[in-house]
Amino acid sequence: MDFQKENISRHNFEQCTKCTVCTVVCPVTPINTKYPGPKQAGPDGERYRLKNPDFFDEAFKYCLNCKRCEVACPSDVRIGDLILSARLTYSKGKPSLRDTMLAETDVMGSLATLCAPVVNASLAMKPVKYVMDRTLKIDSHRQFPKYASTKFETWFRRHAAAEQSKYSRHISYFHGCYVNYNYPDLGKALVAVCNALGVGVRLLDRERCCGVAKIANRLVKEATRDAEINIASIRKALADGSEAVVATSSTCCFTMRDEYHHVLGLDNSDIRRSVTLATAYISKLIERGDVRLVFRDDYRRRIAYHTPCHMERMGFTQYSVALLKSIPGVDLVVLNPNCCGIAGTYGFKKENYETSQAIGSRLFTEIENVRPDFVATDCETCKWQIEMSTGIKVKNPVEVLFEALDLDATRKANNLTI
Amino acid sequence: MKKLDKHYDVIVIGGGATGAGTARDCALRGLKVLLVERFDFTHGATGRNHGLLHSGARYAVTDRESATECIEENMILRRIAANCVGDTGGFFITLPEDDLAYQQTFIDSCRAAGIEAEAIDPALARQLEPSVNPDLIGAVKVPDGSIDPFRLTMANVLDARLHGADVLTYHEVTDYIRTGNRIEGVLMLDHRNGGEQIQATADVVVNASGIWGHLLAEKAGVSVKMFPAKGALLVFGHRVNNIVINRCRKPANADILVPGDTVCVIGTTSDRVPFESVDRMEVTPEEVDVLLREGIKLAPSLATTRILRAYAGVRPLVASDDDPSGRSISRGIVCLDHAQRDGLEGFVTITGGKLMTYRLMAEWATDTVCRKLGRENAKCVTAERPLPGSEQQSSDSTPVTAGAKASVGRHGTLAANIPASTGSDRALVCECEEVSVGEIEYAIKNLHVDNLLNLRRRTRLGMGTCQGQLCICRAAAILEKHDSCVSRHLGGIRQFVNERWKGMQPVAWGDNLAEAQFTAWLYGSVAGLDVLPPTEEMK
Repeated sequence: MDFQKENISRHNFEQCTKCTVCTVVCPVTPINTKYPGPKQAGPDGERYRLKNPDFFDEAFKYCLNCKRCEVACPSDVRIGDLILSARLTYSKGKPSLRDTMLAETDVMGSLATLCAPVVNASLAMKPVKYVMDRTLKIDSHRQFPKYASTKFETWFRRHAAAEQSKYSRHISYFHGCYVNYNYPDLGKALVAVCNALGVGVRLLDRERCCGVAKIANRLVKEATRDAEINIASIRKALADGSEAVVATSSTCCFTMRDEYHHVLGLDNSDIRRSVTLATAYISKLIERGDVRLVFRDDYRRRIAYHTPCHMERMGFTQYSVALLKSIPGVDLVVLNPNCCGIAGTYGFKKENYETSQAIGSRLFTEIENVRPDFVATDCETCKWQIEMSTGIKVKNPVEVLFEALDLDATRKANNLTI
Repeated sequence: MKKLDKHYDVIVIGGGATGAGTARDCALRGLKVLLVERFDFTHGATGRNHGLLHSGARYAVTDRESATECIEENMILRRIAANCVGDTGGFFITLPEDDLAYQQTFIDSCRAAGIEAEAIDPALARQLEPSVNPDLIGAVKVPDGSIDPFRLTMANVLDARLHGADVLTYHEVTDYIRTGNRIEGVLMLDHRNGGEQIQATADVVVNASGIWGHLLAEKAGVSVKMFPAKGALLVFGHRVNNIVINRCRKPANADILVPGDTVCVIGTTSDRVPFESVDRMEVTPEEVDVLLREGIKLAPSLATTRILRAYAGVRPLVASDDDPSGRSISRGIVCLDHAQRDGLEGFVTITGGKLMTYRLMAEWATDTVCRKLGRENAKCVTAERPLPGSEQQSSDSTPVTAGAKASVGRHGTLAANIPASTGSDRALVCECEEVSVGEIEYAIKNLHVDNLLNLRRRTRLGMGTCQGQLCICRAAAILEKHDSCVSRHLGGIRQFVNERWKGMQPVAWGDNLAEAQFTAWLYGSVAGLDVLPPTEEMK
């Protein structure tokens, strides 16, 4: 046996060479002194937890799961996964009512859309916010995204589904909870843009929440159940001829590609490469020369692009940036890659509010200095955070495309007679 | 030449477990004690073994006497040194290539020696210890465990000091003060203060210096024939197993895997080596090879686990006293009153034995000393009295914060003395092993710490994954704060880096090599330590 060749560690945490760059890039460590930092919580702590699970520290809940540590790591240690997995394995006590409510996006969304105006009005009322702050510990500074009266899925079935069969190629759209319950317009924009490029859009047979909020709030069983349903639906969609499953949310996309396997331990290897982000999918169509985009002459905007953490982890930033840059009238500023601080449900929790805002402050200042017409980003929770903290409107790049494209001319350029 | 004012009842030479244990026992029996160590505590075989709390099962078939001693001391150490002991339990496994019939012989021998040994279903063994070789065809459960020799020795030193003993480290005994056929004291070289010569007098001198006892006896003009037997071991990066795994067969190479603190250790080999080599043991590629090859038969995942370092110790094997040729070797305890044996008054040698029986060795040596001093009525209490830090099980003490758990594990009840009130007290110096600034300060003030290597043995500083890469310079800065001796600690850093590399070099591949390279960049290229002029460095 040649030990130099054979004795290579298969334990991911043992690949750490203790360079500490993960702790240097961690947004939380310099702000919240209760958090031991990614190196200590991740590969260092893992050795101790293998000795005795008592070495688990509940302070790991302060981790944003932004994965910036993993992006920085020169040794490919999955530090964020180590910390998250430790929380899922060793954290004691059941998730609180608040955490469960924040995590159960499908349940809450379905209920809320039934009586959206009432819910929206209530959630915006000061007394309601006060009560939620005091009883549920949901910070009163937060604005809940408004719920839509009609779910995206409902709209799609009524108004869009029928004509999709006219197209010769198809994708399946993973709309996610936000588009379905809060912001169907983004889904509508995606359908319109894809259609203009000659791509028909389908929905999955059954779509559940990607599970990111459930994972973050330790509802592993529930997250796994949803993930299994999604994986099965994605498999079926691909078998039925969809060339990709496309999301408009970077976090949904990231969760299905990476967290399903790394954190939940599910086998998604056969579908992983086919799950992608809308801007990545469209960029590749353009790159291959499959489609042409024709933009409106009168579209003039100064846009600041913010890179969501999970976008950075996937390495997809280039696609959204390239698309936005290709719009002739756009003056694009790519912001420095700083975390906005909200990290999904994290920032909604009262105990995290100050940390959340402190983390985001560098980004907010930069945005204010750039003075864009609006900010573009691929993540909905970054959108809420930036809008709340800067008062500047935030749009998804797909929405920007929808606004900037001359849809009729684009259809013609792609020889569509439909 | 300086002469110590105090006249001692007994001078104990050797800062290993046996010497420290003897100093403690003597002090507890009311003797005036001086403990002398030429370098640092646990510098010899005490600090270079498995850290296995033997149940005695390993010797049950071949050496009943040792087996019985082991199980008796095992039960005593669980009581008196609770904080140094890991109650892991142990398996003796039979693999398809082994003779399963040996298992019954083994169990019978264990029971005859008073060792609880119970055959369990291999499936249950796999369930209890998932890392065990899944091909096993038999498993016997025995009360093995782990023991931390650094903590154990230090606890003995602390208790000796608490009971009036004086302690000198870095003092090498170079000769004896002798009048006629009586040893009346020692001549020492102070390695720290420019090699100053110092005299100390005593009624009895106890030679408890392991393999070096051979040479110290020679200097006294008596012969204790010893044979250095080298044993090499490998340290893995984390605990692969939580139960000690042994092979159920006659003792052989690399057939014990011990989980100790954050790591696990496979060993050992056994080879006679010449005396000239005992001060510079190096692990050969062949030894690494055999340790890994045999080790993965106990726990296959060792093959794909990072190896942190390799090290080797020297067992002091002693020739049976009636066989000066040395062909007949005893593995048992040898306690010699040289007055009876050689007509040399005031000199006692305690040797042979093993870490497991250090307390019993100390008891025998102290009994001999007391007899010589006419203090036979001073009774030994070391089998009952807990060592400092082990006064109670640390588990039932008040809950501690996550960051302080590691130090409580190391210092037991004494961890209450570790400063932790400020953020900087709690800041980590060694991140891999979770050693705080407070713990370093505590060690410097209380645990005979003079340099970085001492700190490592007292706290596990630099013993983790990065082997000192991040903590050495931080710890050196704290040391420097105490004595303002910059050049000495710069030398200390270089010495520490080199000492760590010595252990990493035999297993320098993969992640470990990357780690070592990174350390070399930091301390060599960035800090410029390799172009620093020679400074005062201690062995």
